Amino acid sequence: MSPTLTPSSVTELRDAILASARVSIEGARTKPALIASAGSSIGLRQLSGITEYDPEEFTFTALAGTPLREVIAALDSRNQRLPFDPMLVESGGTLGGAFASGLSGPGRHRHGGIRDFILGIRFMDGEGRLLRLGGKVVKNAAGFDVPKFFVGSLGCFGALVDLTFKVFPRPPAQLTLRFPTQHVEESVELITRLASSRWDCDALEIPTGARHVLARLAGPNRALNLMASDMGRALKREFTVEDPSIWAAMAEFAWSPPGHALAKVPLVPTSAVECAKVIGSLPTMQVHFSAACNVAFLSWADPTIHAALQTSLAQLGLEAMMLRGDPGGWCMGRRRVTQIEAAVKHAFDPLNRFPTLSR
Amino acid sequence: MASVVLQRLSTLIPAERILTRPAELASYESDGLTAFRARPDAIVVPETQEETIDIVRLCHELGIPFVARGSGTSLSGGSLPVANGIVIALNRLNRILHIDPTTRTAVVEPGVINTHVTQAASPFGLHYAPDPSSQSICTIGGNIAFNSGGAHCLKHGMTANHVLAIKAVLATGEVVEWGTGSREFIGPDWCGLFSGHEGLFGIALQITLQLLPKPDRFHTVLAGYQSLEQAGDAVAAIIASGLLPGAIEIMDALALEAAKAAVHADYPPGCEAVLIVELEGPREAVEVERTQLEAILSASRPVEMRPARDSAERLAIWKGRKSAFSAVGRLSPDFIVQDGVVPRRRLGEALRKIARMASESGIRVANVFHAGDGNLHPLILFDGRVPGALERAEQLAGRILKMCVEMGGSITGEHGIGMEKREFLPDMFSPAEIRLMERIHAAFDPKKISNPGKMFPAGTAPSLQLHGLHPLEKAGLASRE
Ligand SMILES: Cc1cc2nc3c(=O)[nH]c(=O)nc-3n(C[C@H](O)[C@H](O)[C@H](O)COP(=O)(O)OP(=O)(O)OC[C@H]3O[C@@H](n4cnc5c(N)ncnc54)[C@H](O)[C@@H]3O)c2cc1C
Repeated sequence: MSPTLTPSSVTELRDAILASARVSIEGARTKPALIASAGSSIGLRQLSGITEYDPEEFTFTALAGTPLREVIAALDSRNQRLPFDPMLVESGGTLGGAFASGLSGPGRHRHGGIRDFILGIRFMDGEGRLLRLGGKVVKNAAGFDVPKFFVGSLGCFGALVDLTFKVFPRPPAQLTLRFPTQHVEESVELITRLASSRWDCDALEIPTGARHVLARLAGPNRALNLMASDMGRALKREFTVEDPSIWAAMAEFAWSPPGHALAKVPLVPTSAVECAKVIGSLPTMQVHFSAACNVAFLSWADPTIHAALQTSLAQLGLEAMMLRGDPGGWCMGRRRVTQIEAAVKHAFDPLNRFPTLSR
Repeated sequence: MASVVLQRLSTLIPAERILTRPAELASYESDGLTAFRARPDAIVVPETQEETIDIVRLCHELGIPFVARGSGTSLSGGSLPVANGIVIALNRLNRILHIDPTTRTAVVEPGVINTHVTQAASPFGLHYAPDPSSQSICTIGGNIAFNSGGAHCLKHGMTANHVLAIKAVLATGEVVEWGTGSREFIGPDWCGLFSGHEGLFGIALQITLQLLPKPDRFHTVLAGYQSLEQAGDAVAAIIASGLLPGAIEIMDALALEAAKAAVHADYPPGCEAVLIVELEGPREAVEVERTQLEAILSASRPVEMRPARDSAERLAIWKGRKSAFSAVGRLSPDFIVQDGVVPRRRLGEALRKIARMASESGIRVANVFHAGDGNLHPLILFDGRVPGALERAEQLAGRILKMCVEMGGSITGEHGIGMEKREFLPDMFSPAEIRLMERIHAAFDPKKISNPGKMFPAGTAPSLQLHGLHPLEKAGLASRE
């Protein structure tokens, strides 16, 4: 499916927004479950390109439709990075899409997620006004933090035009260690221990099956081998060194076959074992724990498990954001709805031109 | 205040926790920005979350303005009371409810003092990263309201970056719970929006904070330079090298002089500026990075370079830095602290302009600042007893803020808009952008009762009367960054 309109300038975007009573915004459709189906769809892929990049300021600004791939390549050429490891990069994901869906990767463990690196945004509201909130410098406390609020806002409050991010220097080297484990309890325990350890791990993941833990170290090359052997000694554990290409595969959810549903579930490390047992036992279900067990990514083939999954999520007090698949809404589990949500939606979008979260 | 209001309040909390005597009210008249004063009708001191909710609901029902207050250390007039309103003092809502080493989180009430979180987390090898220099007195509630920063923002971010969940009573009386305690969430980032609301949305009742492992190793270097510009160039070289220090701070000559006088800080003789750089991380990494840092600093031709050899020397370096502002304050009867931000590469230019503007106005300005993130803290010295001195100082402060905006920066990096800078909000945001923020405000507080009159430009601002050290600074209990 292609969007009805693909504006390539701010003026065209304004015309597109004002042309219909209901619009929904999309990027590259890499997270199709999050795109609202109501109204005429406006694709932002042609609003693309890095507009400012100041490596010495640790900041860049890019149009919302800029492919993540392009952003990452530009940063890489100056030895910098978005430390949260953007996801769905090679799949064609856009910067605006990653931001609006609040999707961060394994690197969010060490330095924070997409919310911790956004500095400012420009967006167009439902009445065609271009508004800029936040700032372009790495530190700014003026006005309400609307840019943070837009993380995960799923296009409900306006159409993003451009985004300013803080970036960090890319560590000179990385080393990924693979620790085999017997079962999920052992994996979670190891993750917990590593997460509060002195080694300052750059990423901590439990891939599907939960029979090993991946720990990524990052820093000066000379330090990494020393740290790795100290880890092995202190933990009294064997490990092997993993090929670094696994991270690129992980960013594309390569473990989740095409056609399978895919969802993000925020959780605390103390509920990871139960999540693995209760949800992981549903037919065709795969569970990947990310960011030191602060997120579970779920993937499944069998749509008949939706009711059971819904029940399990509710039982564990969890909620899931769908990335792919359609269980009848973008969210599963227990979503708390507050009065303030409607009032704030009205403040941003009094004409209700953009979709609501209760879609 | 109408006796009916007091009577209704007294049905919610015991009378001894409703203060109305002038002597009791006097100590709440202002905050860290002593220029503004207002006497509230009453101070109420809830001890539980339920009491706080009831009080806010009563305020909503009767349309009584209220100001939440932590320790009253705001430097922008954020906790200034409103006349005909009440102050809700949250200092007794100060329980640390839970420290969880497994999830690396702390669940706290808003009146908990910033450093107490780290103290409680310390036995588990964890710490709470945001470190405003008022941290031994300011509260988590105040930190959230202002999204407070500290010396380690470049690497670790501000308060908002460490808030995982908030339970709050909004000005409408609605009680909300955002976030789950996970570092991730789905849907819009409500905790992010609430952080930095400057007390305009309601009152935070319970907060889940993320804790980080204590850094394994620090390496702190103090380098003295013949000029501020050289120190600035050294910062640029560090940034260009790809190192990510935990903190990069600069003090200028006047600040050095003051710190020497106040805390006997010892700096290399003949320096016009001192740079402090702190690396942190696993010892293996710091070992490599310190060599790299030393090479960069040597190439920047300092007068002298002093790496801290042990934690006592590190603490001495930080003591000089953290006491610098109060120390400068002692050089002058009154002062204004500014908090503007400029793009880092324009720091040198900004400092030159500030020096020029200062000498044009015949006013002394000291600079102590977070060089790593371009956050300036010019300290404008004046004597309020001299007619016109305050106005000249304010004019200079205003020119500095406008300069920051013109350079592509911000009017505040961490102290917030509050009362002080509300007239400057339109320098950063268009009328449509301000209207949007006003609509968001109205969604949270349709009756305009929660900390009214702050952040948004008003017709006429009350005039400033006095500046000086905060009473806590005078008592030597705090210093400012
Ligand atoms: C000596 C000194 C040094 C300082 N150094 C720094 C620094 O390094 N970095 C920095 O960022 N700031 C600094 N500050 C400023 C100040 O300490 C911070 O803004 C701090 O966060 C205020 O905390 P507080 O408890 O004193 O809050 P208060 O001043 O009591 O209140 C501040 C604001 O928060 C609101 N508020 C308080 N509690 C709540 C709550 N529970 N829910 C909702 N709103 C609430 C108030 O209404 C008010 O608007 C310094 C101040 C001083 C005096």
